[in-house]
Amino acid sequence: MPTIAESLNNIRLLDELSGQATPVHRLHPLTKLLTTLSFLVVTVSFGKYDLSAMLPLIIYPVALMITGDIPFTPLFKRMLIISPLAIGLGIFNPFFDREPLIILPWLQISGGWVSFTVIMLKFVLTVLAALILVATTGITGIASALRALRIPKIFVMQLILTYRYIALLLEEVARILLAYSLRSPFSRGVHFSAWGSLSGQLLIKTHLRAQRVYESMLCRGFAGEYNTGSLKRFSLLDLAYFTGFTLFFITVRYGNIPVRIGALITDLIK
Amino acid sequence: MSHHIIEVKNLDYVYPDGKQALKNISFRITHGESVGIIGLNGAGKSTLLMHLNGVLFPTGGEVSIGEVAVRKSTLPVIRQHVGFIFQNPDDQLFMSTVYDDVAFGPRNYKLPENEVEKRVLSALDTVGIAHLRNRPPYKLSEGEKRSAAIASILSMSPDILVMDEPSSSLDPSSRRRLIKLLHSFKHTRIIASHDLDMVLEICERTIVIKDGEILADDSTLKIFQNEELLTISGLEKPFCMQKCPVCSAGKSDMEPV
Repeated sequence: MPTIAESLNNIRLLDELSGQATPVHRLHPLTKLLTTLSFLVVTVSFGKYDLSAMLPLIIYPVALMITGDIPFTPLFKRMLIISPLAIGLGIFNPFFDREPLIILPWLQISGGWVSFTVIMLKFVLTVLAALILVATTGITGIASALRALRIPKIFVMQLILTYRYIALLLEEVARILLAYSLRSPFSRGVHFSAWGSLSGQLLIKTHLRAQRVYESMLCRGFAGEYNTGSLKRFSLLDLAYFTGFTLFFITVRYGNIPVRIGALITDLIK
Repeated sequence: MSHHIIEVKNLDYVYPDGKQALKNISFRITHGESVGIIGLNGAGKSTLLMHLNGVLFPTGGEVSIGEVAVRKSTLPVIRQHVGFIFQNPDDQLFMSTVYDDVAFGPRNYKLPENEVEKRVLSALDTVGIAHLRNRPPYKLSEGEKRSAAIASILSMSPDILVMDEPSSSLDPSSRRRLIKLLHSFKHTRIIASHDLDMVLEICERTIVIKDGEILADDSTLKIFQNEELLTISGLEKPFCMQKCPVCSAGKSDMEPV
């Protein structure tokens, strides 16, 4: 079942990417978490027609992908998986909001299309930022940063164990589907009559496996706290990274850089 | 008090579904002993091992490690002294790198990070996989995973090693490496296995279990020489004690292979 195996590889790819040693990876997890949070807040705060104003925000994920050596294609594939949600949120805007907003000599674009594009851009930027955070920090790094922010350990544990459980679940799905397909050569996919027993098996198997993993954690002294080792020390680079990017986000938010650049160029031409 | 002594007295265990897995099990294992636990599938070997560090608690009787009874309140101490190596290393390796997996135990005992690092590197060195420390566990071979699982226990510096089927699904060279490794340990070792040749090589004492009861507890060689006992317990002699089908070809007492 290549699709499940692919999903499993995809999940593991983020873990593997987080093990690199680029300058972005070496930053303190808390720095990256806080910078990502400020990026998310600024991105979602833009108005529904602020398309041109938010365009410079693209620089942030692109810069991180280049310096962190993160390939775009796997991240793009992940975005595609959840893109129907964003499309569903904005797809009716062009039908209800037909007022022309951008009027060019040869083209008129309605407010609905602009707001739809803004929704899609916000979706791409926020999801990309979150994926880049995982790919440059790792789930354990994020967990330690959350604990440093005094987030209750029960929530951090939920996050880590859910993340680990997805891989276990996919492994079991891959095994069950392989066993099914080997004994049903003429059927495409799983026949609905087998859905009940297969999903039941899946639940029980993954539960038992998760139980064994938990037992092995208990055997090694696990007492409810997921210890990830002591955090790195903050460096000047961390401070520069956080301050630099946060100032950039604020400038983009309140400065409308494209309009200013456009005005500057127009003045120069005049 | 020595943490190396294991005492099991009249141990009974009944699973929640009503199946009695262990019946009146009693034995004492002393410092540095290497003990094999053998028996058919479902005889109760794994259930017995899981009582030794409190994964399961007895329905009746008592288990104590170095005079400390295995109870919920004593688990942190017990688990620091009894290292349990699971049958499937995938159940034991769940962190994103081998290093983090081996460091998981020491970090839970709140050791300073430099001590954690020292222990992790020493454990990885002992099992010969220091070069794999930054690899994700799911990318290792079965033999390497087994070594990583053993390292994850060694890093806690246990006095007693409890192993459930340590040689299962290993290729011959990985199995041989494992046997050499287990030979080199000075810990008290308890090994449940179907690999009777390995038990013969590593364990000087063997306990035979059938239907949740101890059928025999004696020196390994005596157990494997007792054909009647082996037949009753559904086992056979280790391969190295059986006749070689090639050498004894044509001889009257040769059995069909």
